[in-house]
Amino acid sequence: MSITKRTFIALAGATALTATFANSAAAFEPTKPIDFVIMAGAGGGADQIARFIQSVAEKKKLTVRPLVPNNKGGGSGAEALIALKGASDPDHTILVTLNSFFTTPLRQENLGIDVTTFTPVAMMGVDPFVLWVHKDSGITDFDQWVAKVKEGGYVMGGTGKGQEDSLVITWLEQNFDLDIKYIPYKGGGAVAKDLAGQQIMASVNNPAETKGFYASGDVVPLLAFSDERMPAFPDVPTVKELGKDFSYYNQRAVVGAPGMSDDAAKYYQDLFQTIYDTEEWQGYMESESLSPLWMNPEEQKEYWNTQIENHKELLAKMGE
Amino acid sequence: MEILALLTSGLLEALEPLNLLLIVIGVTLGLFIGAMPGLGSVNGVAILLPITFLVPPASAIIFLAAIYYGAMYGGAISSITLGIPGASTAVATTFDGRPLAMKGRASLALVTAAIASFVGGTVSIILFTAFAPMLASVALSFGNPEIFALMLLAFATFVGLGGDDIPKTILSICLGLVFAAVGFDEISGEPRLVFFGIPGFLHGINFLVLAIGVYGIGEMLWTIDTTRGKITTTEAKMSVKGVFADAKEGITQGWRGTSIGSFLGFFVGILPAAGATPGSLMSYGVAKLTSRDPGSYGKGNPDGVAAPEAANNSASTGSMLPMLTLGIPGSPTTAILLGGMVIWGLTPGPRLFTDEPAFVWGLIGSFYVSNFFALVINLSFIPLFIWMLRMPFTILAPMIFVLSIVGGYAATNDMHDVWLMIAFGLGAFFLRKFDYPLAPAVLAIVLGPIAEPTLRQSLLLSSGDPSIFFTRPIAGPITVIAIILILLPLFGMIRDRVRRREKPAT
Amino acid sequence: MRLGELVTAGVLAVLSIYMMWKSTELDIGYISGEGPGGGAWPFWLSAIMLICTVMIFYKGVRRLSPPSQSDEPVLDAEGRKMLLQVFGGIFVFVALVGIFSMYVAMGMFLFYYLWFLGRHTLRLSLTLTVVTPVIFFFFFEALMRITLPKGMEFMEPIYNYLNTIIY
Repeated sequence: MSITKRTFIALAGATALTATFANSAAAFEPTKPIDFVIMAGAGGGADQIARFIQSVAEKKKLTVRPLVPNNKGGGSGAEALIALKGASDPDHTILVTLNSFFTTPLRQENLGIDVTTFTPVAMMGVDPFVLWVHKDSGITDFDQWVAKVKEGGYVMGGTGKGQEDSLVITWLEQNFDLDIKYIPYKGGGAVAKDLAGQQIMASVNNPAETKGFYASGDVVPLLAFSDERMPAFPDVPTVKELGKDFSYYNQRAVVGAPGMSDDAAKYYQDLFQTIYDTEEWQGYMESESLSPLWMNPEEQKEYWNTQIENHKELLAKMGE
Repeated sequence: MEILALLTSGLLEALEPLNLLLIVIGVTLGLFIGAMPGLGSVNGVAILLPITFLVPPASAIIFLAAIYYGAMYGGAISSITLGIPGASTAVATTFDGRPLAMKGRASLALVTAAIASFVGGTVSIILFTAFAPMLASVALSFGNPEIFALMLLAFATFVGLGGDDIPKTILSICLGLVFAAVGFDEISGEPRLVFFGIPGFLHGINFLVLAIGVYGIGEMLWTIDTTRGKITTTEAKMSVKGVFADAKEGITQGWRGTSIGSFLGFFVGILPAAGATPGSLMSYGVAKLTSRDPGSYGKGNPDGVAAPEAANNSASTGSMLPMLTLGIPGSPTTAILLGGMVIWGLTPGPRLFTDEPAFVWGLIGSFYVSNFFALVINLSFIPLFIWMLRMPFTILAPMIFVLSIVGGYAATNDMHDVWLMIAFGLGAFFLRKFDYPLAPAVLAIVLGPIAEPTLRQSLLLSSGDPSIFFTRPIAGPITVIAIILILLPLFGMIRDRVRRREKPAT
Repeated sequence: MRLGELVTAGVLAVLSIYMMWKSTELDIGYISGEGPGGGAWPFWLSAIMLICTVMIFYKGVRRLSPPSQSDEPVLDAEGRKMLLQVFGGIFVFVALVGIFSMYVAMGMFLFYYLWFLGRHTLRLSLTLTVVTPVIFFFFFEALMRITLPKGMEFMEPIYNYLNTIIY
């Protein structure tokens, strides 16, 4: 076989081409729409946040390819985790999470999901839980509430068993020696509506979910599960003020698929840092009562580990 | 009087050139999105949400509402012309719309659907304008027992829908209800019925996967088989004179269904958990039940097209009510709209009407205007849809298959569901051959995910005591009516049987 | 048809039993003070299905239902051929989506159906084969922002190029 000049040039050209490709790969830029998986169905808190982020990215033209929201709420987020684990293109697949990111793999061990293999991208904020009652109950502080619950037959609503709301309510039951009847709902919005309609007596909704009813005075906050008093509810005491070392937040974080390349991870980390710093996101956090908890990727990994341990403990206490 | 002044300013805002342009574009776009099987108003609204950043919030929501309206009209188009309900709200439209199209009266069905939609939309906007804050408290008083009672009523109105073979009808209903339970049990927090451990079942079986499988693939195979592929689907004719003649016929034959649908659809639509689908199903059922000639339903009665179409438009306006006044979405589409309002910095809830009157009344004004344009634009596109129907069957059939596959994928973004859908299609083809009615299964998969959780949540509330459905002031009467309606046909059957036995004896 | 009726009832019975068995993974009883368990709803509905299949089977044996009275075959030779050609075509179409992407597979299916089954002219078949996926591509990817499957890796450069046009 003879190597002609022509094949040689072609070969050299090909090498040059691969070289340019390698170069462009060093500074990652998405080449196709980014699969923006959401760990919840359309309309929930996580979905709203994802769509808000997408709108900000779109408005400011932050990405050369669009973020395409993809709701995968099935199996309490199991579907989303499976989709990320098996993502055919990890560099174009990211996920908006909530705490089922920790609880679902613990509760459904047969899924074989280890979330520590996922790629940290950004912690956009945390959503504190607050205890709410209807104004017609006449209860105005936590002590009255405990006394009322102890009378028996108390009904609360929340999201599905083993999810955030049920963990918080179980914690209340165990630490204040209460007996509460728990009714699981599909989402926080339905819980808030049934509290306003007095179908249930109390809930532990995130502030964003009850915002409208709080503004109209239909529901009253009694206790915040945040570390410090929340700016939106300065008169509402925290659990820590009651002398119990406990706080509980829903995480609003973005993570990348396992096996995402470092360049891609860097790209998304920068992208979400930019989104985080926008006026729009800061305004959104304030109006929806999200607490800031910015972390770098290493801190996020660290945070995941402590959260997994915390949730293991909470789930164990629930007897799950 | 104050309402009228606010409404006038709202109407004027909707008629501003930019807003008017957005309404026309939105309605047209919505019409085509709704007409694609698998795509519905949810897709249209969700995808266009970020684009609305380019215009002020009031114009943005007007645009989205126009898309919503257009899609509601469009849903009827695929139900009638292709026989595939493009969205759950349009299932009942196929029952009589498809037979009409097969008889060559597709234009009559389309015109009736458009007019009924217009009337339903208009009635509900008027109700909305006059009673919005009052109705919000009605919606709040509907808890889980009430919603379950309502689902029972929805089933009851459909008992007579199946074929003559009772075991096959019951089997079909149960199949749909069991499929509805696949995926995840929210109440115990456990995965459930994940067949063969395939992860694709974790998100459950989407209504569209079954509906497109049954109607888009199964029904098509059956048609090709029985006709040996030698037909064009219909001999649809259309002329300018035709529109008016059809409109006249549609109004005279469909006014009863239209009025039932307009009011019933609205009241079911305002209940947050129920929404437009049960509303349209119940309206069809009630129209049939109260008709002097119930036998003509399902065989191409324009009233059977008018009732669900009036209802689903009426209900979609109705479902805006809990979203605006309570901040609670009544349907996935309103859930996305709700997200949009948050993005624009508005707080939906009891105070929205007082805090943001310009926004609220601008939106209500746009309902009136969108509804009018939806009618005009829809009617003007009907000749196009008729033309599509007249394409040779060997061109139409592969197009329908392609639309079905793409629609099945777009519904959930999962190839698993496409495979499931063609499996359902093959199954439906054989079941159809053996006279199994499949419409009950499709209805059951829509109502099941509402009925089961509300049943169990109610029983949790009552500590397992089923009397909760009878003792609550709203749930009680609804449950009793539903049970009577379910038992009536049974009594009828027993009576017939006794008579039949007596006859040979005498 | 009678045999078909009996076989169908049998298949549905097996499905019901499978779903009943699968439901028992969760509690199928009535938990006192709580109402039905997580598996109760599907379990008992599947049980009703099973009873229905028994009744259908019985009616089939006694020739009480219209299909069991008919002597026509379920599928004659032409019906079998139709099913193989049409459903087989759909099946291959879906299988090809994962390899050649939705758009290319769509074109292949259309060409197969129009030219081979429909016996349309080559010109018409080719036109529709090319035009339809292009319209779908712009409608879904550009306008609706819905991404449809892009097939295996070798298809990637083509779509990356197309993406530079639409975004």
